[in-house]
Amino acid sequence: MMKRDEAFRILAGHYPDGIVVAVYQSAFDWMNVRPHPLNYLCTGAMGLASSHALGLAIGLPDEKIVVLDGDGSLLMNLGSLVTIANQAPENLVHIVCCNLIYEVNGKFPIPGAGHLSFKGIAREAGYRASFSFQELSKFESGIAQVLQTKGPVFVELHVEQGHIYPTDYVAVHSTESRLSFREAVQAKVAET
Amino acid sequence: MSSKLPKETVLTGSSIIRALKKAQVRTVVALPDIVTCEHVLWPISGDKNFRLVQVCKEDEGIGICAGLSYCDHRAVLLIQHTGFLDSVNAIRAVAVEYRLPIVMLVGLQGMELDRLPAQSDSIGISSLEPICDALQLRHEVLAQESDVESLAAGIANAYQMSFPVVYFIVRSPV
Repeated sequence: MMKRDEAFRILAGHYPDGIVVAVYQSAFDWMNVRPHPLNYLCTGAMGLASSHALGLAIGLPDEKIVVLDGDGSLLMNLGSLVTIANQAPENLVHIVCCNLIYEVNGKFPIPGAGHLSFKGIAREAGYRASFSFQELSKFESGIAQVLQTKGPVFVELHVEQGHIYPTDYVAVHSTESRLSFREAVQAKVAET
Repeated sequence: MSSKLPKETVLTGSSIIRALKKAQVRTVVALPDIVTCEHVLWPISGDKNFRLVQVCKEDEGIGICAGLSYCDHRAVLLIQHTGFLDSVNAIRAVAVEYRLPIVMLVGLQGMELDRLPAQSDSIGISSLEPICDALQLRHEVLAQESDVESLAAGIANAYQMSFPVVYFIVRSPV
């Protein structure tokens, strides 16, 4: 088990400037670990992060899209694994932070905690590659390969809460956040 | 439009598809609906002008269209009214509160041929427009060919001004 924010620091070191879709507790950690206008935080309804990410991956085929999903969130949208596999975006990396609880909703366990394999579900849904990391050192040595692998790539990351960052819902849902993301995407597209 | 429709009113799938092309829609996100499947979805599935994204559940489509909207990539979500009802929270949060150009084409399964949605005996159908009003979500009815004339401009306007809109398709296009 690794601290989520420590894992994110390693990811940020390998992926300093790209687009990241992040949800709930992952979003609060990520926006502190890597504040950046290309952070897409406005996923609105719980569970839809992977779907927003698929839209971005289709719309920006030359850009890598990393989604930082939650296990409880993904359980609400398991069909998206099939949808994503069927579209087969080569530029999508789907990382699921598995802490086996609804962390922002009372820390109640998710159904299937302890025996459910998200990696197995993603693999059978048709993701091109899937990984699972339990230890920070393994993630550190494997992240470069994850980011180089043709997608859709699935990563099951076994995490626990690390440093506690402010739960800034206002920033996550703000108009400014969406506007700055849109401007950053347009600037990135103009660069290429 | 009068409150009653003549039963012989005609709506064609080809005119809807033409309007999507005119509006520069590139992606259709869909879950098959009995109202639109034969003359809208099937032709789109074989049309190289469109990318078809099949979803397993309609609210996925709200997220996908949202992501695409940031890329200046126009899309529509083609679904059945039951899927619209199932997706209300996603529509509320992502489309309405974020004010994103999510364009929905919604077939009304089981709609009586001579009525408009408000007069339907189906609660699932008669409640649609009040739900949209409560959400402050713009809605239009596509019942006949003349209604489709404004579809392309409506989609373009939704994208230019960034707001969601839903088009209720009240009868199976031919």
